[in-house]
Amino acid sequence: MIKSTSIVSLLALSVCFFVPQALAAGGAVHLEPANLEQDNKASLRRGARNFMNYCSGCHSAKYVRYNTIGKHLDLSEEQLIDNLMFNAEKTFETIQTAMPASEAAVWYGTAPPDLSLMARARGADYVYNFLKGFYLSEGSPTGVDNLVLAGTSMPHVLWELQGYQTAHFEEHENDDGSVTRAFEGFEVFSAGSMDAEEYDEFVRDTVNFLAYIAEPVRSDRRKLGVWVLMFLIFFYVLAAQLKKAIWKDVK
Amino acid sequence: MSRIEAEVGKPQGGLMKWIDDRFPFTKTMEHHVTKYYASKNFNWWFVFGVLAMVVLVIQLVTGIFLTMNYKPAAAEAFASVEYIMRDVEWGWLIRYMHSTGASFFFIVVYLHMFRAMLYGSYKKPRELIWLIGMMIFFVLMAEGFAGYLLPWGQMSYWGAQVIISLFGAIPGVGDALVEIIRGDYSISDITLNRFFALHVIVLPLALIGLIFVHIVALHEVGSNNPDGIDIKKYKDENGKPLDGVAFHPYHTSKDLVGIIVFLMIFSAVVFFAPDMGGMFLEHANFEPANMTATPEHIAPVWYYTPYYAILRAVPDKLWGFILFALAVVLPVFLPWLDRCRVRSIRYRGWMYKTALSVFVVTFIMLGWLGLQAATPTYVLLARVFSVFYFAFFLLMPFYTAMDKTKPEPDRVVYHD
Repeated sequence: MIKSTSIVSLLALSVCFFVPQALAAGGAVHLEPANLEQDNKASLRRGARNFMNYCSGCHSAKYVRYNTIGKHLDLSEEQLIDNLMFNAEKTFETIQTAMPASEAAVWYGTAPPDLSLMARARGADYVYNFLKGFYLSEGSPTGVDNLVLAGTSMPHVLWELQGYQTAHFEEHENDDGSVTRAFEGFEVFSAGSMDAEEYDEFVRDTVNFLAYIAEPVRSDRRKLGVWVLMFLIFFYVLAAQLKKAIWKDVK
Repeated sequence: MSRIEAEVGKPQGGLMKWIDDRFPFTKTMEHHVTKYYASKNFNWWFVFGVLAMVVLVIQLVTGIFLTMNYKPAAAEAFASVEYIMRDVEWGWLIRYMHSTGASFFFIVVYLHMFRAMLYGSYKKPRELIWLIGMMIFFVLMAEGFAGYLLPWGQMSYWGAQVIISLFGAIPGVGDALVEIIRGDYSISDITLNRFFALHVIVLPLALIGLIFVHIVALHEVGSNNPDGIDIKKYKDENGKPLDGVAFHPYHTSKDLVGIIVFLMIFSAVVFFAPDMGGMFLEHANFEPANMTATPEHIAPVWYYTPYYAILRAVPDKLWGFILFALAVVLPVFLPWLDRCRVRSIRYRGWMYKTALSVFVVTFIMLGWLGLQAATPTYVLLARVFSVFYFAFFLLMPFYTAMDKTKPEPDRVVYHD
């Protein structure tokens, strides 16, 4: 009698938990995991430097204020002004790009998107693989294409660091005559100033920063969450005792 | 002595008496709280009604604070949500509580409805409670749908686009109806404004009114219990049911334990996984609405996907809409489709137990399929499960009548 209801309910609950897990699988291009260390402030500070030096010329992060970055990454006002704020006066300003969006749209075919939420919208792994995924492609106006976002209008901005690479594709003919191209691997075409490992670290720091600005409150909320749960456990013990005391006379 | 004092006598009994002479305070408290007797053998399935109230309060309070900084305009909505997330003091917590609360509202309400199916809570004399409850569910669906447009992200926009255009399938009035809902020829600033009005005023008012009536109706006939039997058959000399305990302090103290456990799970999501891997906050919704770029994969939020899967399983647009609507509405008829003599699953036979188990799996599978891209395999699966879904309801009069039942106990089963 109790068994039947608990079987039905257990079944229901277990499927509820497994479905989201199953959902995590899938996706067209295989993405290498970014393996971010989201609480590593040194990595985040390097990422901030990378972002301001290599990204902010074209991309804004218009919801992000410099002083928020300063607070979370332990940077003083002077450090912000001297190292990060190339086109801003006051630390409460948001990260704007000097490139006018309407002209950028003409130059590139599409305006470079705002990056405040990019890591949250597409995922950190996506951005990580995107920044590592540029390869030489004839016929493209920028000379490169991207493995993750085919036909991207973004040039390989980091070519000086990574160098150029070519991509190898294996072509399979399907039964119906159509051809599928499977990515086989990259090959170095010309070396940049960084070796592969250094470039990976550079991209990882940058993506780490992008993930941070997508949700600056992330580390605060996790810290607070621990306290909230500890309080609730304490409250639970009290409430359970209260219930027991009140129900003592129920037979 | 004044004339009025001569009429009603000298004031006696203090403030409470003074109020009770003018407003039925004590009477109401006794009727609904301190002398409302519900079975002592409630298990944890019976906590979801109270939890729904808790979530309602969370949604109302956080919602009020969100409106203080949210801008219901196409040009500003997305940025105002980010403003709340980044610049408003504790704004992120308020917003995460509200977005997580939306999903938890549906989790709690689905489990609350499932409880009714486990223990036959919709059966006589509680049919009207069930009907009002279903109306609450419909309003809740509309409330969630209107609210989902407000952040004005890509999924807000395109999800609304897909769902609103469904109404276009209705012959004759379809296109006009779609225009009335949108208030425009496409989803625009005007649509956002009216959805805001619906989300913060019209639908919450309806919700609160219906919940009030739901509880009044419940307290008129009394709560069901895991044995599905009437506890008012045996009363003591004061008219108190022998198997009943007062809502306060007994059930309130027990519910408090349930509420804390609920808050633990709720907080775990709010503080450690507010996106819930893209289920509670969809990734595409972190990009502002763009009417010139359709996202690769449009899926409604998880709580609508069982019905969405049924819609997509039908090749014809009009029939898809009809079956979609039917799937949402069919549970309304449960009190009359179920012809079993006993209420609780404890005393029902194998047929209903099997049917309900299959239904649970069906509902969850449809929900999962509704989130996937419509590949041929998934559409086929969705068709199979759609048949199961409708079969559960439409065959119910037969299998519940045929099912062998066990004898119900005279008094509720209670283990200390």
